[in-house]
Order: sequence, then C-alpha cells, then structure tokens
Amino acid sequence: MTPVAGILARISAIFIKELVQMRRDRLTFGMMFAIPVMQLVLFGFAINNDPKDLPAAVHVEEQTPIVRTLLRALETSGYYKLVLETPDPRESSRLLASGDVAFVISIPAGFTERLIRGDRPQLLIEADASDPAAASNAIARADAIFNRALRHDLKGSLAYLAAAPSPFELVIHPRYNPEAITQYNIVPGLLGVILTMTLVMITSMAMTREAERGTIENLLAMPAKPIEVMIGKITPYVGVGAVQTTVVLIAAHYIFDVPFAGPLWLLLLGVTIFVLANLALGFTFSTIAKSQMQAMQLTFFFFLPSLLLSGFMFPFRGMPGWAQMIGEALPLTHFLRIVRGVMLKGAGFSDVQHEMLALVIFTALAVGLAMLRYKRTLD
Amino acid sequence: MTELAAPELAIPDLAINVRGLVKRFGDKTAVDGVDIQMPRGEVWGFLGPNGSGKTTTIRMICGLLQASEGEGECLGYDIARDTDQIKLSTGYMTQKFSFWSDLTIRENIEFVARLYQMPERRKKVDETLEKLDLTHRQHQLAGALSGGWKQRMALAAVTMHEPQLLLLDEPTAGVDPQARRDFWDEIHQFAAQGMTVLVSTHYMDEAERCDRIVYLANGKLLTRGRVSDIIAASGLFTFRGEGDGVRRLAEDLRNENGVDQAAYFGAALHISGTDRALLQSAIDKERHKNVHWKEVPPNLEDAFIALMTRAGADDRHHA
Ligand SMILES: Nc1ncnc2c1ncn2[C@@H]1O[C@H](COP(=O)(O)OP(=O)(O)O)[C@@H](O)[C@H]1O
Ligand SMILES: [Mg+2]
Repeated sequence: MTPVAGILARISAIFIKELVQMRRDRLTFGMMFAIPVMQLVLFGFAINNDPKDLPAAVHVEEQTPIVRTLLRALETSGYYKLVLETPDPRESSRLLASGDVAFVISIPAGFTERLIRGDRPQLLIEADASDPAAASNAIARADAIFNRALRHDLKGSLAYLAAAPSPFELVIHPRYNPEAITQYNIVPGLLGVILTMTLVMITSMAMTREAERGTIENLLAMPAKPIEVMIGKITPYVGVGAVQTTVVLIAAHYIFDVPFAGPLWLLLLGVTIFVLANLALGFTFSTIAKSQMQAMQLTFFFFLPSLLLSGFMFPFRGMPGWAQMIGEALPLTHFLRIVRGVMLKGAGFSDVQHEMLALVIFTALAVGLAMLRYKRTLD
Repeated sequence: MTELAAPELAIPDLAINVRGLVKRFGDKTAVDGVDIQMPRGEVWGFLGPNGSGKTTTIRMICGLLQASEGEGECLGYDIARDTDQIKLSTGYMTQKFSFWSDLTIRENIEFVARLYQMPERRKKVDETLEKLDLTHRQHQLAGALSGGWKQRMALAAVTMHEPQLLLLDEPTAGVDPQARRDFWDEIHQFAAQGMTVLVSTHYMDEAERCDRIVYLANGKLLTRGRVSDIIAASGLFTFRGEGDGVRRLAEDLRNENGVDQAAYFGAALHISGTDRALLQSAIDKERHKNVHWKEVPPNLEDAFIALMTRAGADDRHHA
C-alpha cells in the first residue's frame, strides 16, 4: 500500500467510526439541528426591538370628546394598550410599580378647558424606565400620536389650535431609572443569568457523573432515597449561589452604582427560591441525560431561550404572544421581575409575590419530574 | 437442571429464596428461570462462564434490577417490594469497582458509615480499616489503588454495617494469588460470624472452598449441590497424562470413542468419559507416545466441562 493510500484508509476508518457514533448519540444529533432552528426562530421572529401593544394605565380626571380622541389615538397607534382607566392616581401608580403596566398617562381635571383656551396644559406620561429599551419607541412617538389626532379633530371653531406648534405640553417622566442607564437594567439581570448558567450546568452532571463512572451501582445498593440523594447533591451549590450573589451585588453597588431601592431580605428570598429552582432543574436534567456531554447540551438548550426570551437581552413585552408564553415558563423571566422590581423600583412583597409563586411552582414541578425520572434500579 | 442434594423440603430459614427468576434485556434473555434456595449461615459459590447471568441474578436478588418474571425473598423480604429493607441488611460488592475513585479509602468508608447511620462512626471506621489492614493506606485515593487493595476496601465498605447476607460478585477477578488467599480468609471470617455469603467466581479452587455450588450457563441453572456430590453425579472417570508428548494429543484423543472431553490442566492432559473401559483402550492406542498415564479422581472443572458439553451449552456469549 502506498503511504497516501494508508493515510486515506486510516482517515476513513476514523471518519466512519465518528459517523456511526454520531448517529448513535441521538440527543447530540438532534441538538445540532434543533439549536440553529431555535436561534433562527428566536432571533427572527420572537425578538423585537420595537415593542408594540405595551400595557398602559390611564389616570383620567375628566371625560370629554378631546380626551377620548387622545386615548383612542394612543390605542390605534399600536404602541399602547390601555388596560385600565381610573380616576384614582394611587391605583395606576401601583400597577406601574408591580410591572403590570409600562406607562401611566395622566390627564388632569380641566385639561380640555385649558386646551381650548390655548393654555397648553400638561399631559403627563410616566414610564417604567427600568428597562430603557422597552419603552423608548413608544415614548418617542407619543407627541406625534397626540398631535396628529388633535389636528384631525380640531376643526371648525377650534382650527386655530391646530395651527399652533402643539396645543399641549407633553411631560415625560421616566420612573425608576430616570437617566436610562442601561447598566441599571443589565447588572441585576446578570445576576439571574449567571446563576442560571452555572447552577443548571453543575447540577446537570449530578447523576450522569455517577452513571458514567459506574458508582451509581453502589449508590443504588445503599439505603439512600431519591429525594435524599437530590437534596444532598444540590445543597452544596446553594452555597455557590450565595457566593455568586454576593459578588454580583457588591459589584453592582461599588462598581456600577446600581441603586438598591427595595428591602434586601426580599431580594435574598427571591434569590434563594430562584437558586433552588435552577438546582432542581439541573438535577432533573441529570436524570434525563445519559452522559455528561448530553447534560451539557440540555443545559445549553435551556440556557438559550432563558437568555433571549426572559426579557434579559430584549424587552419582554416586545415579543409575540407565543414567545411570551415560553418566557413565562422560564424561571429567569420571573427572577428578572423580582430583582429589577426590588432593586430599581423598591417593590415590596405584594408587588412580587406572583413571581415568587411562579418560581416555587417551577421548582416543585422540577422536583416532581426528577423523582419520576430518577432510576431506583439499574434497569 | 439436576438436583443433587437431598430434596430441601423443610428448610426453615432461607437467606435467599427465589423462584423462576427471568430477566430480559430487549429480546435477549439474560436469566432464564433461576431458582435458588440458600440457607442462612452458608458460603455458596456462584459459577458459570462470562455472560451466563450471574451478575444479573445477584442484582435481582438485592433489588438493583427488576425481575421480568418470577418472585422471591431475600432475608425474608420481597425482592420486588421491600428493596429498602434488603439494602439495609445485605452487603453487595459489585463486579466492577464502583466506589468513588476521587475519595480516599477513609472518605469512602466514612460515606458508607454515614449512609447506614452507624453509631460511634469514627470508632467504627477505625475498626473497619484496622480489620482489613487498610489503616496505613486510609488517606490514599481509592482510584490509585491496585486491584487487590481496591477489593479489600470494597469488602470493608460492604461489610461494615454487618449485613446478614454478603453478595460478592467476582471479588477476586484480576487479583494476585496471595491477595486472593487473604481475601478468602476474610470471607471465611465473616462466615464464621454468621454472615451468609454468595460469591461468584471463575476459580475452581475457590469454588471448592464453598459449602455448595450453583452453576449457571446461558441464564439457566445447570446444577447445584456440594462439590463432591456434583463430581460424583457426573459419573466421570478421568485419566491424567503427563510427559513430553502430551501437547499434541488432545485433538487425537477427543475423536476417540468413549472420550467425552480432553482438556489441559497446566502441562497435564485430562481425558474424561463415563465408560472406563473405552477410556482405557483409547489411552492404550497412544501408549507409544512417551506419555505417562494415571487414573485420577475427576475434579470440579472436569465435571463442569462434562455438564456443559451435555447441555450443549458451549455457545457462550461474552459480556
Ligand atoms: N443492562 C444490560 N443490558 C443488556 N444486556 C445485558 C445487561 N446486563 C447484562 N446483559 C447481558 O446479559 C447477559 C448476562 O450478563 P451477566 O449477568 O453480566 O453475566 P455474568 O455476570 O455471568 O458474566 C450477558 O449476555 C450480558 O451481555
Ligand atoms: Mg458478572
């Protein structure tokens, strides 16, 4: 055999072996196709930097045709979705704090009268600027939306108003992050991203490592119950999560000057539940994956949507409904609302209790699935 | 299957009592209808070629595998339902070393002691290490030990909680002869303390140290009983040939009438058959070849080879 033929023969031997092994490893094979498809769908369809239909509350103290015109114009613009109309400013503020609405539009009593008189009354939009990117387009367009609507309505005897530059004064009041500093939004979010990535990955090896090394046979032959194994295996990483949290919070405070408006205990409670949710999920992966390699892939497969659909990288409200539904199923989504709510908005327990509950439910489901999947025998 | 011992009708206290155990992996039947009734306090040998289903049977007995068919009790506990109790009162030493190689000997033993909630843990761990001569190595990583020391550590770990039943799966495979002998001394000491021991092995000399033998082939129980009974029941006569010419003889003799088997033991050739006269005449034909022949009692291996040949069970699979 010539040297070249020898080289080719050995290369092809290895090539064929790799092909066969690749085909046997269904999960890896699947991931190689699923991940590009997922990225295409997420980046192509789900992520939208021009969020529409943002929920808004209207605090309105008078009902006149002009007020109706303004509100209708907001709705038809596509940027705002009016979910509540109330004469009580406390109610609208509360919705803003809890994150149920992105804006509060306030129209004070006497607005119409002063408009007609040409006094240029103020029209206030308070925006949740904790995520500066989410609200910016809607805010930028507000003035134009109102003016176009009025110009259309102000005819006949009121035509003189339409001629003026703007018959009212639009006041934008960005709340929670008035200077629109993106770090305020990103740094608390990073805490969630770091915890998700590291904790899910590390616990996803928990059982696969035992299986790969053969030590599972010994573990199963001894009197340890599945739930005991699970708790024993994930508890050390609660400590890891605590260290990571400390580091990020110190950096947030001393390096990035991120404000901390709410109670620390509430944030720590949220972090604790979130850490447990991720550890439980990682352990569940470890009962599904057949090798550490597969465990890594599952982690990555979970991490990608967490990063993209949770509201960390792109505004949550900008996503289509189906993507938001997926996002609601991810623990990071809820944690981001908690951490941003507590740090930037000074949210209290009642503002974030639903997010906490969502995390608890997620954890319980992950534990339940892990117990179903946990192999009690070598079968 | 041949039953060689007196019918075991009224055995009061069985450590293992399994009936009709079957285990299928996909469409492969690894264990096919195995019955074992093993009294407490004895040492039994579990024999059979690779892939005959020994490991699978042991795993079913201690609750690590679910039987596809059949039922039974281990120490009086149902093997399908009461696996938690079985785990508490048996010690199972796996065929492949499966302790944590990134822990030291001591850390492995301590882990086991904690799982079994041993009282006075430190003291118990010290004693266990001492008893199996592991004290001076206790801080070595288990993964760095040689085969013999790994097996001693495993034996220490699975006996520390003083189980009533010890299941040892090829504990001496790949261990040097001295370590093997030491290991068997330990087994007999545990047996003397009242533990019941089922040990799988390939070594005939180890089998002969057991009270009884269970022999498995292709997932089926081929025979069981005392070593002497198994040999007697084989009905074999054996001649042993020694000398320079013996190396080339096996092929010729195997084809002779009345020679059921011809197998080498070291440099000697054993030929066996059930008809003494035919064997004798076969040997007489080969007299000239500078071989010295002598009749010997058949040993266990002769008996097993005969059993296997008769059962047509030589299509063995390798695990
Ligand atoms: N988990 C398994 N999956 C599929 N086949 C198995 C499995 N475990 C054992 N077997 C097969 O069952 C047969 C019996 O194996 P085993 O019990 O390990 O035999 P032994 O211990 O006597 O060498 C072998 O053919 C082996 O390949
Ligand atoms: Mg085996």
